[in-house]
Amino acid sequence: MDEKKPSAVSFRSVSRHYGEVRAADSLSFDIAEGEFFSMLGPSGSGKTTCLRLIAGFEQPTSGEVLIRGVSMAGVPPYERDVNTVFQDYALFPHMSMAENVAYGLMIRKIPKAERAARTETMLAMVALSGMGQRKPSQLSGGQRQRVALARALVNQPGVLLLDEPLGALDLKLREQMQVELKAIQRQVGITFIYVTHDQGEALSMSDRIAVFNKGRIEQIGRPDEIYEHPATAFVAGFVGVSNILSGPAAAAVAGAPAAFSIRPEKILLAAPGRPVPADSCSADGTIASVLYLGASTRFGVALSKGGELIVIEQNREETAVSASARQGQPVRLIWQRAHIQEMRP
Amino acid sequence: MSALAADAPARGPLRRFSNFLYRRPKLTLALLLLPPMLWLGVVYLGSLAALLAQSMFSVDDFSGLTVYQPTLKTYGELFQPASLDIILRTVVMAASVTLGCAVIGFPLAYYMARFAGLRAKAVFYLAVMLPLWSNYLVRVYSWKLILAKEGVITWLFGLVGLDGLLDWILALPVVGGPSLSASYIGMWVVFMYIWLPYMILPVEAALERVPRSLIEASADLGAHPRQTFRNVILPLAVPGIAAGSIFTFSLTLGDYIIPNLIGNSRPFIGMVVYSYQGTAGNIPGAAAFTLVPILVMALYLAAAKRLGAFDAL
Repeated sequence: MDEKKPSAVSFRSVSRHYGEVRAADSLSFDIAEGEFFSMLGPSGSGKTTCLRLIAGFEQPTSGEVLIRGVSMAGVPPYERDVNTVFQDYALFPHMSMAENVAYGLMIRKIPKAERAARTETMLAMVALSGMGQRKPSQLSGGQRQRVALARALVNQPGVLLLDEPLGALDLKLREQMQVELKAIQRQVGITFIYVTHDQGEALSMSDRIAVFNKGRIEQIGRPDEIYEHPATAFVAGFVGVSNILSGPAAAAVAGAPAAFSIRPEKILLAAPGRPVPADSCSADGTIASVLYLGASTRFGVALSKGGELIVIEQNREETAVSASARQGQPVRLIWQRAHIQEMRP
Repeated sequence: MSALAADAPARGPLRRFSNFLYRRPKLTLALLLLPPMLWLGVVYLGSLAALLAQSMFSVDDFSGLTVYQPTLKTYGELFQPASLDIILRTVVMAASVTLGCAVIGFPLAYYMARFAGLRAKAVFYLAVMLPLWSNYLVRVYSWKLILAKEGVITWLFGLVGLDGLLDWILALPVVGGPSLSASYIGMWVVFMYIWLPYMILPVEAALERVPRSLIEASADLGAHPRQTFRNVILPLAVPGIAAGSIFTFSLTLGDYIIPNLIGNSRPFIGMVVYSYQGTAGNIPGAAAFTLVPILVMALYLAAAKRLGAFDAL
């Protein structure tokens, strides 16, 4: 990280306890200026608490949050150069869309003409120009989401916080908004901190991801690092399909470590007895379950030395009928050693 | 299909009747609404219409008997200076009571909605509602004693050496009087006490519906607590204040017991209606005066709507 330029946000041994519950447990990490940083984890893992600590809605029990190198201890939300897109959007129901977007500018007493111009530019950026006079109740979920984004971005904050902003949208709209959010972030160049429990969202948009579990960070890294090289069993299981072998089942695989994970799409489903290349591992078993998923098929393979591995294959030739006919078939699983991620025992 | 049809035959007249209703939702709705509509339409609105029809008659000044000839003479009497005086006095009192209830009730409702825990909220609800459980007359008479010259308030003011202040307040023109119980100030206090729950409950309900995220969003966008209150909380509470003020305003307009027991016995609308239809036997006059609170309320609601009191609903 650049030494001269302070990080957009820094956590220094930050804890937030609610009685006995440690929502955030001694966290230290840095988020670089201009980064798209995702905080990924199941509900109750502490990711939203971290977001609220940055926004200033919560104060840490101990430790320190810094924004652009300045300590935020005791600084209220309205004095922080940070804006939030709320999970429920939190649009003011008694104001029109334009008034909602202009709220921050109105509070900072920006002249009316400039306010109107900036509001209109922002509404255009989120593809809502000319609809500023409507009330939030007259908008669809996707439109409300865009207004919430525009209302936060119009203030040109140093950091934009997004609290599961796509959670309430349907799948198609969610995928479309993922593309748009990433494009907007590149365009404005603001640091985005994105809270989500959806691994797909985190993988597709982020520069870096922090995986949260029980108030602690399990791993921080680029999306491909998180996916290909999960540092812990929790990350391997939460991001993508859990495919972990340990104990006797792992020991039976020649050349593999004592405990490891392997992504299901990296495994080749081969005929029994097929020769194994020198750089690869193999295991024999029988197909115990078949799930036809349209574009791909998910096979559960029971290994003859114990344990089970999931294999996902693209359906080039396979049909639902031919796939389910393979149930009980003996197979050999082959994968490259390089794709193995060793697990901490 | 045939298996279903075999099950279909109704097993008794009650079952057949309920099947009959199930297939005719509009008829069911009509049957459900008939009793309340009869009550509202015939008994309530009907009697109100009959009363207002009475106002079209007049009382013969000499014999004191009702003359059953349509005339606007009785309405004309509403515009006599003495009548206008009564109307003005009542409306000003109702407006002051409403304002007082809003000013006193809002902070309490705000605390209940935003800060009180579950237990504290239950205690507050009980405390707000408790006075409604006891008899209205008993409460008004208690206040008469509390406000009397020999009452606990005079005693308290004396205790802390502020009897000069009390004397100064009572010496104020118009609102003062020989004692608190014989002054407009006393009447205002008692009205506020009696109607306060009707203000607190709707305001509390309105504030409770404001999600915490809206207040956080306002702070997040740079608004100080004072600006958040003015721009977000207050506008969203206005429908609740409007609902509460409809109660406090209309209840004060129509009340005849408090002005009878507290104050300087100058007449209010309710007292006039009461005496006209009772001892005076002037039903047309009583009916004409009844129209005044209805018109005042209509004007009040129209003004509130115009000012956008119901925009946030």
